[in-house]
Amino acid sequence: MASGASAIAVRIQADDFDAGAELALLSAGRGDVGGVASFLGLCRDEAGRLAALELEHYPGMAERAITQIAEKAVRRFSLLGLRVVHRYGRIAPGGNIVLVAAAAAHRRAAFDGAAYVMDFLKSEAPFWKKEHLADGSSGDWVAAKDSDDAAKDRWAD
Amino acid sequence: MKLVYFAWIRERIGTSSEEIELPPEVETIGELIAYLAGRGENYAEALKVPEIIRAAINQEHVEHAEKIGDAREIALFPPVTGG
Repeated sequence: MASGASAIAVRIQADDFDAGAELALLSAGRGDVGGVASFLGLCRDEAGRLAALELEHYPGMAERAITQIAEKAVRRFSLLGLRVVHRYGRIAPGGNIVLVAAAAAHRRAAFDGAAYVMDFLKSEAPFWKKEHLADGSSGDWVAAKDSDDAAKDRWAD
Repeated sequence: MKLVYFAWIRERIGTSSEEIELPPEVETIGELIAYLAGRGENYAEALKVPEIIRAAINQEHVEHAEKIGDAREIALFPPVTGG
């Protein structure tokens, strides 16, 4: 079992990322990984209404909050590796927003590890989305959903 | 200490950060929000529904009852919407 921070990579960046390359890094050069489960979050166009999302973040705290969630996930699910990449700035429909990828010996831990990180990231990582509308106007800030807060409750011990 | 604001709270207050000296009677995050709301219309508008405001002290989430103590940096922001 991997221990602690060495198994964890967290990046917050404006630039796009290559999800396939991130997944490959989780098993490169090792034979103990039995599976990698991932979630790739994308910008939706909301039926043509949106031109883009603008993501604001709290530099420093964003990395810190996600790393804390990642450390809990690695311990709880005995993950062999965990990579999280979250973008900020303006992202057009179809663009990558977030990737969570978890490596484990067996599928259940990999699936659960990735889902756990996403559920806590949605309600604890300091990011905010603002809509830019297709007609060129500035839209509203996206409202938080109660369902996102509830999602993490299923992991209560 | 340094105050930092994000998203629509930042927009309504009109700045992303500021240095402030707090009066000694402002001891908790809840009291800080009430104090700031009295500093002008922009603050009052940003903070008019205090119960939805989230806070962090030195980049860790805290509740409104949390004591400010010798915090270096306090952040006020809306519920997060990343991911």
